[in-house]
Amino acid sequence: MDIFLSQVLNGLQLGSIYALVALGYTMVYGIILLLNFAHGDIIMVGAYVSWLVMAQLGLNPVLAILLSIVACTLMGVIIDKVAYAPLRNAPRLSILITAIGVSYFLENGAQLVFGADPKVVPAFTDISTINLGGLALSFPAVVTVLVTIVATVALTLLVQKSKLGKAMRAVSEDMGAARLMGINVNSTISFTFAVGSALAGIGAVLYAMAYTQASPTMGMMLGTKAFVAAVLGGIGSIPGAVVGGLIVGFAEMIVTWLGLSVWKDAVVFLLLIIVLIVRPTGIFGRTMSEKV
Amino acid sequence: MEEEIMTDKRPIISTGGRGGASGSKKTLPMPVRYAINAVLVLLVLVVGELMIDGGAITRYQSTVLEQVGVYIILAVSLNIATGYLGQLPLGHAGFMSVGAYGCAIFVMRMAEVLGVGARDFTTGTPLTVLLVIGGLLVGGLCAAVAGIIIGIPALRLKGDYLAIITLAFAEIIRVVMLNIDSVLGFKLTGGAKGLTGIPGYSSFLLVFACVAIVCFLIHTMMKSRHGRAILAIRDNEIAAEATGVNTTYYKTLAFVASAFFAGMAGGLYAGCIGVLQPAYFGFMKSIEILVMVVLGGMGSMLGSALSATVLTILPEALRAFSEYRMIAYAIVLILVMIFRPQGLLGSYDFSLSRIIERVMNRDFPWKKKDDAPADAAKGEEVSADV
Repeated sequence: MDIFLSQVLNGLQLGSIYALVALGYTMVYGIILLLNFAHGDIIMVGAYVSWLVMAQLGLNPVLAILLSIVACTLMGVIIDKVAYAPLRNAPRLSILITAIGVSYFLENGAQLVFGADPKVVPAFTDISTINLGGLALSFPAVVTVLVTIVATVALTLLVQKSKLGKAMRAVSEDMGAARLMGINVNSTISFTFAVGSALAGIGAVLYAMAYTQASPTMGMMLGTKAFVAAVLGGIGSIPGAVVGGLIVGFAEMIVTWLGLSVWKDAVVFLLLIIVLIVRPTGIFGRTMSEKV
Repeated sequence: MEEEIMTDKRPIISTGGRGGASGSKKTLPMPVRYAINAVLVLLVLVVGELMIDGGAITRYQSTVLEQVGVYIILAVSLNIATGYLGQLPLGHAGFMSVGAYGCAIFVMRMAEVLGVGARDFTTGTPLTVLLVIGGLLVGGLCAAVAGIIIGIPALRLKGDYLAIITLAFAEIIRVVMLNIDSVLGFKLTGGAKGLTGIPGYSSFLLVFACVAIVCFLIHTMMKSRHGRAILAIRDNEIAAEATGVNTTYYKTLAFVASAFFAGMAGGLYAGCIGVLQPAYFGFMKSIEILVMVVLGGMGSMLGSALSATVLTILPEALRAFSEYRMIAYAIVLILVMIFRPQGLLGSYDFSLSRIIERVMNRDFPWKKKDDAPADAAKGEEVSADV
């Protein structure tokens, strides 16, 4: 029973991290239909900032968390302004290739600055387990799950209730019409990147907490899996990203538990294929009818 | 290297453009066009081979050239699916790996059965030549079968969903290559350690003969009825379907052709580097090939071939600056996309025959229609250059 529960918690923890990263993918896709390949690498930047602040500068973990999130947010906005904004009206494939270019740039830049070896991120807290009704649960896992719940609720409120959220939904619905209604499209897109990247920053801290390392290529597989999660849930949909993230996390946990961890990537991708064959736009995706 | 046999795409789009409207224009008959290009290809192959034999091209350089050839095939084959069909597959490396393993395993097993030594492949006996050609076909067919398996579900999806499902299939292929041995219980792919001892059957002559054949086949396919159907699907799928194009069939055809040639390229790659590891065929390899196609200009065979050449040679040339070269590569990629989103060549394609025809008709871009005969001498110079 204990093993079962801790496995479930592991699945939840992994799934939550995927969900947070997938939210970033889904928001950017929802607004400018861009598969932001550089998103995974933003997480890498966040993890390195955590390492830099705690291991190199020896500062407080709280500061590390805040600085990581700020760095990721800035990174996202800068990338949008420098690389994607000039291409708003270009063919979509060009923006996709630009995103790949940014991803290469970040990965190789990190390798140049920090070296290819992974860096060990120190523990954020000394607490490793907490007791809950007689059960010893892993503290980082519990924190991860709680933070993800809070972040998702906050994001949903932001998108559904606030004025900026309304602007975001309008831009994603019809960019031209939104512009005519007096919405500043460019700043709305920047804001979307900022929110998505801030979530990536939170994801980075949680990832560093769970796996205690930062390496130049860590964003690639994490990003791809989160991307799969976003598509699985229906890209562009917030609940979809969370559900997709949890499905991917649990699938990996179950496969690993069965002792087949070498096949876990294949299982995740197979799951994606099956879902896309049955529901071509993902679980929560809207079916778009094509106009002639 | 390969400009000579590139297609020109314009006649494919506007078929009535050449010859038909203006009867006075001189045109080259088709057999002459093919003859000119065939002679040029043979010339390139012979000159290249002589330079390698004579030592003007070092062994290292010829290995790089072989890789250039492999990447040209990969880029022009992906161009079928991306540039001509208008889809975005992100799993080209998967087809490449199926072809590479298929070809390498076929050649190695058959060599064992027939008692051909690894040394014979480098010298080249009639038997090894047959074996290698067979291997390349087997590799291509394996990849084509993978293409059918992947294409049928994938092509039901659109745009980004197609991209992600092909990515997923390619990753599954990679994981299968990595772990298949433990399931089968005998050594097939060699797992993470890789498949070693592949005879080095790829040579400059073989690779570039394949490049020429692949470019020729793609060119003729795209100029045929089938090619026009594929282009019609790219331009407007619903309109194509309404005019009676069997879209499912032609989408699958283009996809499978793309996979077949990628498999062949994989076979050549295996013979070129001698060791195969599943890690070579990851997501990044697919992206690398896609970048070549997009950077060169989608739908331009010359563009694909040129950027494949440049992007293969450049990293080799910049080995001294290896720390910075990937960053430089990334920056170049971003800048090209920002300032020239349609790719370096757009959809322009080079055609030697078209230039010769222009010279024959005294139709030069730099002069007006009425003073045509005056510049005949200049025209001679141009044709001499080409």
